[in-house]
Amino acid sequence: MKFRVDRDVLAEAVAWTARTLPARPSVAVLAGMRLEVTDDQQLRLSGFDYEVSAQVTLDIQSGEPGVVLVSGKLLAEITRSLPAQPVNLVVEGSKAVVTCGSARFTLMTMPVEDYPSLPAMPPPAGVIGSDVFGAAVAQVAIAVGRDETLPMLTGVRMELEGDKVTLASTDRYRLAVRELRWQPEQADISAIAMIPGRTLADTAKSLTTGAQISIALSAPKETGEGMIGFESGGRRTTTRLLHPEFPKYRSLLPSSFSAKADLTTSSFVEAVKRVALVAERNTPVRMSFREGEVVLEAGSGDEAQAVEVLEADFHGDEIDIAFNPGYLLDGLGAIDSDIARLEFTTSTKPAILTGGKPVEDTGVADYRYLIMPIRLSS
Amino acid sequence: MSRKQQVPRRAPVLGADADDTGCPILHVDMDAFFASVELLDRPELVGKPVIVGVSGGRGVVLSATYEARRFGVHSAMPMTRARRLCPHAVVIPPSRGRYGEVSRGVMEIFHEFTPEVEPIASDEAFLDVAGAGRRVGRPARIGELIRARVRERFGITCSVGVAGTKFVAKLASQQCKPDGLLVVPVAEVVAFLHPLPVAALWGVGEKTETVLRRLGIRTVGDLARVPEATLRRELGSAAGTALAALAWGRDDRKVVPHAPDKSIGAEETFAADVDDPEVIRRELLRLSERVAARLRAGGRAGRTVSVKLRRSDFTTISRSRTLREATDVAKEIYAAACDLYHAAGLERVRLRLVGVRVENLRPAESVSRQLGLGEREVGWAEAERAMDRAVRRFGEGAIIPATLVRRDFDDPGTVPETSEL
Repeated sequence: MKFRVDRDVLAEAVAWTARTLPARPSVAVLAGMRLEVTDDQQLRLSGFDYEVSAQVTLDIQSGEPGVVLVSGKLLAEITRSLPAQPVNLVVEGSKAVVTCGSARFTLMTMPVEDYPSLPAMPPPAGVIGSDVFGAAVAQVAIAVGRDETLPMLTGVRMELEGDKVTLASTDRYRLAVRELRWQPEQADISAIAMIPGRTLADTAKSLTTGAQISIALSAPKETGEGMIGFESGGRRTTTRLLHPEFPKYRSLLPSSFSAKADLTTSSFVEAVKRVALVAERNTPVRMSFREGEVVLEAGSGDEAQAVEVLEADFHGDEIDIAFNPGYLLDGLGAIDSDIARLEFTTSTKPAILTGGKPVEDTGVADYRYLIMPIRLSS
Repeated sequence: MSRKQQVPRRAPVLGADADDTGCPILHVDMDAFFASVELLDRPELVGKPVIVGVSGGRGVVLSATYEARRFGVHSAMPMTRARRLCPHAVVIPPSRGRYGEVSRGVMEIFHEFTPEVEPIASDEAFLDVAGAGRRVGRPARIGELIRARVRERFGITCSVGVAGTKFVAKLASQQCKPDGLLVVPVAEVVAFLHPLPVAALWGVGEKTETVLRRLGIRTVGDLARVPEATLRRELGSAAGTALAALAWGRDDRKVVPHAPDKSIGAEETFAADVDDPEVIRRELLRLSERVAARLRAGGRAGRTVSVKLRRSDFTTISRSRTLREATDVAKEIYAAACDLYHAAGLERVRLRLVGVRVENLRPAESVSRQLGLGEREVGWAEAERAMDRAVRRFGEGAIIPATLVRRDFDDPGTVPETSEL
């Protein structure tokens, strides 16, 4: 087995495949990256940790078919550092020799026959623009729970209803919902997938080489264990789905409000960041909304305090409400709009953050970030 | 400590019934603390000379019973010397964990009377009970109550000095040891101090004592008659001024409660060892309720919950967890305690003692609460505050979690109506 390939193409492909390799593999071979030269002169790189698989196929300049398994992490480090010259890899007995310009590396190979076969790609479900999808996933990824003892909150819920996709995530303290369109294989598709949040965020971010991403899905009932696959620009990745349990979040989204504030996003972000300098971890920024302005405060009498007044286009009943500044900033960073709109009911009920004006046809913004307040003890 | 213990014992003319007006300072000192704690597990040794310390080479005496002290054994004495003085004493190696545990419990008793507690060692503390007078009683009465509670809860004794100043209170407790209480009335301070040897005063170490002896000063009274300028010249200005003041009983140091209540805890030793997880959890609930009520009473909340589990063979493990936010809610403390108990893998293991403790305390008014989605607005925190009010009105046990209602309380006639809140 041998091949010759462009250095940048190889380095990028190896780096992408190596992302999914487990840091502490349960089985030694899982630390390996499988390299295969196919009969039609393509190089296929694969990585797998039983949960997530990654595979990339690229064109090579020349080669002889065959398979080899080498340490993925080491290969990634080597290819990243190689000079800008074509790269040759040749398998000689139990060693793989990488040469590039005047550099030469000899790697031990691993027993490729022990390497598990990657799961097959589930049946295709539809296609979505890669930029749109990447942005939408980033908007919901911020609210994914990190507490592994609550696995149902560590995923992003993807609802596929006809040509509408809804992504939702919550860590109990905030909830992010994004609605967008896609092109389904079947116009009447109705499916739900709970995708591990971190994996989805990584995948959506890294699959922007092609214009579109095809989504492949086997819902839990078909194969016993649900799986989702994403494919774009010669890269494909699969991941096991989580149990589809999720809070009934739609009923948590308030439908009527007693007050509404529009603020300039950038000055709001800066003011929150400044005031939050004196807020200890998990302590709030307090906000008092009045006509024309909001007063932001943080800190306590015993310690440092900060206060700032900001212009706000405010309508409705005056309200004093407190939030974790981190949660607020996450949301403000995700709305992707010059105007941030906060809507309230009471100071102990969720507030909704959206960007600017709602979408004309439905009256509902395509991205909503719900944030639970902090109740002050006094 | 040794030379100070050799202070000649005064006849108890001042007594426990003396006038304690203007004497809000208590010095409480456990009697032969480590040794007394050890005897709790070795009752057969009570009344015998016992030394706690590491025997061999460089070991020193950590504590000795009064029976051993009679032979001249005292704390910080090399173990080899102690054994020569009292060869028939039983030597027990120190069991570290126990002392801290009892010490914390004793400090908690002090806090039941006043927040003004200044611990100066694991077995002694100053208390300022000026504020407790109306609520509990006069200083001497509080001293007796403390002694009774320490004896009841831990089976060990302590001595209490009651005076107007810290240093006189400390001298008083040394004078009435063991198991005593001595009030030094304001009018008697000088008479009490002056016959004492100078070594009894704070700040008089061996070196100072030598200097003073050279000047012909042996008692506090001698010291009091030397002009302050002379003392400053001989001992340096700071020490000279300080000693001149002490010799007349002047000491304006306040009781400084540094970091009071680093934690609040409660524990229970079962009458018979328990291996039923159901019973253990019920006990954890009861202890969590007790701890939470004390947190709320003190206006404090804590972020770290720990449980202590002691097996029937006395091996003890502690596990703790830090919560996202500080709490004073029993329900939350209990949830964490149960998780810790479960994670410790001691379900079905026979336990002798369980304890619940909340650490990492802060004032409750500085604690805010991140609300969760779908959470009820009026939660356990409000329910438990309502419980506190019911208890204040109707007395302890007026309202308790249903799981803690004993069978014999099931008769509808005896269950207070307030339990339906």
